[in-house]
Amino acid sequence: MDTIVLLAIYFARRGDMYIRPIPGLEAVNDAIGRATEMGRPILYISGLSGISDIATIAAMLILGHLAKRTAAYETPIIVPCNDPLVMTAEREIVHQAYIEAGKPDAYEPQNIFYITDSQFGYTSAVDGIMVREKPAANFFMGYFFAEALILAETGNMTGAIQIAGTDADTQLPFFITACDYTLMGEELYAAGAYLSRNPLLVAQLKGQDIGKIVLVAGLLAGVALATLANYIAPDIFDRFQSWFQIHN
Amino acid sequence: MPEAAGEINAIWGVSTEVIGLWLAALLTLAIYSFLYGDNPVYKLAEHIFVGISAAYGAGIVYHQVLIPELINPLFRPALAGQDVPKYSLIIPGLLGLMVLGRFLRGHEWISRWPIAFVMGLGAGLSIPRSMQSLVLLQMHGTMQPVWPLVTAEGWVGVDNILMIAGVICTLAYFYFSLPHRGVMGGMSRVGIWFLMIGFGAGFGNTVMARISLLIGRIQFLIYDWLPTIGIHLGGPGVG
Repeated sequence: MDTIVLLAIYFARRGDMYIRPIPGLEAVNDAIGRATEMGRPILYISGLSGISDIATIAAMLILGHLAKRTAAYETPIIVPCNDPLVMTAEREIVHQAYIEAGKPDAYEPQNIFYITDSQFGYTSAVDGIMVREKPAANFFMGYFFAEALILAETGNMTGAIQIAGTDADTQLPFFITACDYTLMGEELYAAGAYLSRNPLLVAQLKGQDIGKIVLVAGLLAGVALATLANYIAPDIFDRFQSWFQIHN
Repeated sequence: MPEAAGEINAIWGVSTEVIGLWLAALLTLAIYSFLYGDNPVYKLAEHIFVGISAAYGAGIVYHQVLIPELINPLFRPALAGQDVPKYSLIIPGLLGLMVLGRFLRGHEWISRWPIAFVMGLGAGLSIPRSMQSLVLLQMHGTMQPVWPLVTAEGWVGVDNILMIAGVICTLAYFYFSLPHRGVMGGMSRVGIWFLMIGFGAGFGNTVMARISLLIGRIQFLIYDWLPTIGIHLGGPGVG
């Protein structure tokens, strides 16, 4: 799999690679435009898991791109955090985005703040922010737990355009029902590549796609062997299937 | 002061149990008042909730992490059941202190090192784990025979074909580097249907769980709180 990704990076540097449109990410510019026209802030929630979680890292990547675009229009972006380390990293990311957008003076660190690491304490505070600050757009990116529906439903009530993205499969149904756009699972990881068009990130995406083809081929081979095992040589299938067992 | 056996804690003649019940009930109602809209009562409950949880979290970290995991093994080894201080803890201790570099004007960069360390470590550890549990284990479970279609146990072959088709079509939806047109478009549309059926089942299941939480809260108000003001609506424990 690593070789596939490295080869994809090599080829990506030689030419432009196609990424299929992802509606949730195409709507990012609309959301920023709406907030700018209405003179209201954007609310960005980067999930409730820690800084080392892949979903949080993906959410921080998206935040960087989003902040660069909001900086250009000087649209405030509010980022309440439930993890002090995530808050520290997000301040750096947003600050860097403002510098890259040529608006370092517009950066307001107090807009990225820590609330509490208690799940529902955080949720009640964010609900309060939604109804008081009335953000024009809410972004829920990262890993979420039971608070997903409470946050998305409150945002829906305030009339904000809502874009969610999570790899928490138990929470996806709630975002799909209460948000305007939802990035499902791997779409969240693809967002960084999609928004930045950075050859390295795009190539990683391409490498993952090739990896999926390999997995499907392996799966079909496994299904064929499992079916044949009912009639001939069951040990061949057992040996093949054991490659996919977890060995500690 | 230690209590005598059977003595009831009381403040101004009211037992602490009743005070606790009233606090819980009033805060529950205050949070539910958000259904009407933002209001001062909700704001009060929200601020109490956030303040207490943040302070409680800090206390937990101090007493359950900092003292037993760092201070005692490093500075008071006898309390940690060791003969000598565990000097290797100096490294995580220093990394923790470096996070406070945020407060040193002009030296904020110091805090980036521990954050980068935690991010790198977490990502590095989670990738093989995710590969095992989310890819290999799923592959292992999906490799099922598709023939015969019907066995004594039922439509096992048909079920397996549906499952395998669902997996492949769903993967097609998450294929990013080809346009979703033609065969690929058809497969990804079928994949979305599979996803939505799964999400629908998950949605219903979770809504039921949430309803049970609501019932729990309402039962608390009816059967625990209301009796303290002399209102008995029947139910558990009431004759």
